[in-house]
Amino acid sequence: MEQTSSHSIEHRDDTASKLGMWLFIFTEILLFGGLFIVYSVYRYKYPVAFHLANQELNRSVGLVNTIILLISSMTVAMSVSAIQQGKKKLTITLLAITIFLALLFLVNKYFEWGIKFQHGLYPGSSILHELSHGDILFFGLYFFMTGLHALHIIIGMTLLAVILAKVKNERINSGDFVLLENGGLYWHLVDLIWIFLFPLFYLIH
Amino acid sequence: MSEEKQHIVSYKNNALVLVALLCLTMLTVAITSVELGPWNVTAAMLIASLKVGIILTYFMHLKFEHVILRMMVIMVVLVFTALIVITFFDYLYR
Repeated sequence: MEQTSSHSIEHRDDTASKLGMWLFIFTEILLFGGLFIVYSVYRYKYPVAFHLANQELNRSVGLVNTIILLISSMTVAMSVSAIQQGKKKLTITLLAITIFLALLFLVNKYFEWGIKFQHGLYPGSSILHELSHGDILFFGLYFFMTGLHALHIIIGMTLLAVILAKVKNERINSGDFVLLENGGLYWHLVDLIWIFLFPLFYLIH
Repeated sequence: MSEEKQHIVSYKNNALVLVALLCLTMLTVAITSVELGPWNVTAAMLIASLKVGIILTYFMHLKFEHVILRMMVIMVVLVFTALIVITFFDYLYR
């Protein structure tokens, strides 16, 4: 036990809070992991329908969103380096860029889904119900998995915005930045999930 | 206070990691546009795993974290792999 005299410094354990964040990330990995298994089982059972339904999706929109997420992952990783060096302004700029890129991702997603909706492809639509069982499963999984992922983007954006505000009023600084690190970890998780979603839904025919 | 030695990843290295990830993304796109049968899925998943590995190691700082954390991540990956294997044994040999 460490015998420190009772100064009024709050007790912090950065390692423990990072460990907690990782435990949370594990639960997220298994949540999406379960969905990926459902996807692969149905893909195995309905190869033709999945093959054809796959071609409905727009590769380039998926690719652009992949690039956006990869860049945003880098900016958030850089923001951790910046706060470690005590560069407050740079940290704020990098976080702002990350949030902007997240917004861009969602705008793309909005247009992508919008076109699908216009073609009558949305969960529970009458056009979708006339298609084969495999098609219904493919689009069901597509909307659910990318939708759940988009929800994570929104949560991540909110988290990063809170972190940005805290960097601004110096609640997060070069001596105490574990919240920024954890927010960064969450953002990288969102990226990790997309790295598997992108080839599975958009690329593989 | 046990101030752990913190490792600052340089901006240049972060940028290099991004370049590697972008190259791998382009490689996935290129490989999946060629008709290779079942190898398309295999290649795409291998490249995706490589990308995830790079992000875990560098962006998520696992390289510089305590060894326990790294082992925990490996355990989760193993558990998930076991889950996939068991599921597919069930479906393939039903």
